[in-house]
Amino acid sequence: MTAPMFAVGQRVRIADRTPPVHHRVPSYAKGRVGVIERICGLHGEPEKFIRGDGEPKQRIYRVRVAQDALWTDYEGIARDKLEIEIFEHWLETVE
Amino acid sequence: MSGHDHDDEHDHDHSRTFQPDHPEPTTDAARVGLALRELLIEAGHYTADEERDVIAAMQGASPENGAKIVARAWTDAVYRERLLANGAEAIRELGFALDPYEFTVMENSDDVHNVIVCTLCSCYPRALLGMSPAWYKSGNYRARVVREPRSVLREFGVELSNDVEVRVHDSTAELRYMVLPQRPVGTDGWTEEQLASLVTRDSLIGTQRELKPD
Repeated sequence: MTAPMFAVGQRVRIADRTPPVHHRVPSYAKGRVGVIERICGLHGEPEKFIRGDGEPKQRIYRVRVAQDALWTDYEGIARDKLEIEIFEHWLETVE
Repeated sequence: MSGHDHDDEHDHDHSRTFQPDHPEPTTDAARVGLALRELLIEAGHYTADEERDVIAAMQGASPENGAKIVARAWTDAVYRERLLANGAEAIRELGFALDPYEFTVMENSDDVHNVIVCTLCSCYPRALLGMSPAWYKSGNYRARVVREPRSVLREFGVELSNDVEVRVHDSTAELRYMVLPQRPVGTDGWTEEQLASLVTRDSLIGTQRELKPD
């Protein structure tokens, strides 16, 4: 089993790209920075199901992003959060 | 191949032997789906009986399953810890399963309110909680609850003060979610069955916060 590339609490950027196939990253989250909330299991890669079986499987992480980093004029408080599942190959390290 | 005789035009009655509560297909897409089903069954990938069992299990699922899990977590602190740490394993103890999905339970507290959405489509723990409500699948809910969760929650009757943090969980891939609502005050000594009767579908999604021991 592949070791996770990212650790809980690590800052990550969600990749900003749009492959011409079905993928499971909503555009509002692309390019946003958050922290790893938890490390999940290995699952078939959505982009590879268009031809084939999704192999090799990819690690999923839950990424926590501050709401006010997602939306300008966010209505709530600074502690409000969005948490989203992102595959490892969609995550980039942030210095 | 199946053992029965085929008519000349292959217009035998497969289309009328599929699960009887399905409507007759009226669109090309539905006919393609039906043809695919016939081929899969004829090729031995699964049987009509297995399909019936899956449909029955899906139709048997309801928010009452989630309510049982919540009531157990409210009355057994050790179970609650297991449920929050690994939902899939914890619900298996009670006879429930959501495979192949991971099951993740998010706990409400005095300081935190959780709400679930699938912005990309309408992912929902259907095999556990049954069909999702129509609004859960609507573009309105899916687009707005990530962007203005407090306004959307207010429309559902959930007024959150600025002491309470909102956590929106976007179910984008292989995880399925349920909210663990707070146990209402005034329910000391209640049995699990009594407690489960208080839990609503919307409280498991997060569009309801307060449960009332009426």
